[in-house]
Amino acid sequence: MSVVEAESLGKAFGRTRVLRDVTLRVEAGETLVLFGPNGAGKSTLLRLCATIYAPTSGSLRLFGSLEREAGTRRRIGVVSHQSFLYPDLSARENLAFYARLYGLAGPERVAAEWLARVGLAGIGPRPVRAFSRGMEQRLALARALLHAPDLLLLDEPWSALDAAAADLLSDLLVALHAEGRTLVVATHDFERGLAIADRAVILHDGRVAWDATRGELGAVPEAYRRITGAVAA
Amino acid sequence: MWSILRKDLLLELRTREALASLVMLVVLILLTFTFALDPDGARGAAPAVLWVTLIFAGLLGVQRTFLVERESGAWYGLLLAPVDRGAIFAAKLVANLVILAVADVVLTLLLGLVLGVPVPAAPIELLLVNGLGLVGFSALATLFAAVSVRLRARELLLPLLVLPLLVPVVICAVEASRIVLSGGPAASAGVWLRVLATFDVIVTVAGWMLFEQLVLE
Repeated sequence: MSVVEAESLGKAFGRTRVLRDVTLRVEAGETLVLFGPNGAGKSTLLRLCATIYAPTSGSLRLFGSLEREAGTRRRIGVVSHQSFLYPDLSARENLAFYARLYGLAGPERVAAEWLARVGLAGIGPRPVRAFSRGMEQRLALARALLHAPDLLLLDEPWSALDAAAADLLSDLLVALHAEGRTLVVATHDFERGLAIADRAVILHDGRVAWDATRGELGAVPEAYRRITGAVAA
Repeated sequence: MWSILRKDLLLELRTREALASLVMLVVLILLTFTFALDPDGARGAAPAVLWVTLIFAGLLGVQRTFLVERESGAWYGLLLAPVDRGAIFAAKLVANLVILAVADVVLTLLLGLVLGVPVPAAPIELLLVNGLGLVGFSALATLFAAVSVRLRARELLLPLLVLPLLVPVVICAVEASRIVLSGGPAASAGVWLRVLATFDVIVTVAGWMLFEQLVLE
């Protein structure tokens, strides 16, 4: 079953067309990694999948439905450039708030469990504004995962993480993949991205420039260089 | 809805960003009126001073509640959550209403101190007028603040969008306040209160229904 089905999907902001005619499927349990230079439309595509943006043209089915109702949103988790956290609340207050929004039983207990899972158990009542970027990113990951989403959308998840935290994140994504969750990851990091990918797509100028199957993953950096004219990281 | 309301009030209690700026503006606008108005005519102008001050200061406070979430990206966290987006509107409306009500109490007390407006003979009626006026203002301002907050010229656009639509609230609230503050028969304010209540119902229901479409980008 397709979790994401985009048909001729387009998104424009005013006169600026950010995505054009994108046709793409992501199957259940698959890990799709999106590569592309800045402005290629990766974040916009993820935000469309997250129901934050509405398509300008084409269609986008999530879990087989065109509707964007609460039931669909409940199955999606998002990790973005922004943490979606409240700087003046503590880590525990933030997670408990989101647990309540998702209707989870025992929000305080859920918050404590996730703080422990992302290595922030002893962080205390410090407000999030006092966190380092890496700590905030780990907390954002807990926020995105606490309701056990079927589809996880990650926008540059390894950015601002130190090597140990980035490895921890990669391990966590591999574990989520093994659990059967569907992952769509946008990144510039070829090494980490390709290590977890089942498929990779190169976006360029708002279009799908190349859709690489598992057997073609090794050729992605070279294809990226050829398509974008840039040197792969 | 209660989780969002609780979170908004907790954040405001902790930072006092909206309330502090709102109360400061209320005091400053009121002081400006005090210097500008003839002392003999000041009492008669009190209802207009009350609502003009509340509306201009309130616009700033209402926008602040959205700006905090927009800056941190938490706004997207709310939109992603499996809650009716109309409930987000309702929670924001009530949170803004609470903050505006505190500013209203401060302003009413200051009106007595600075302009010498006597304590009204019918405080319940004054409470009703202020309550109905604030609900209409808060509903309209909350709805448009959610739209304008993502625009660059948000500080300019919010008053431009809201003020023309607020005319019925201003007329009704000022007239009803004038009757109640001057000690007139409360029944004669009835027609203004009914118009205010109708406006409140229309704007609140429309806000609940339209919010989802307005916040989608």
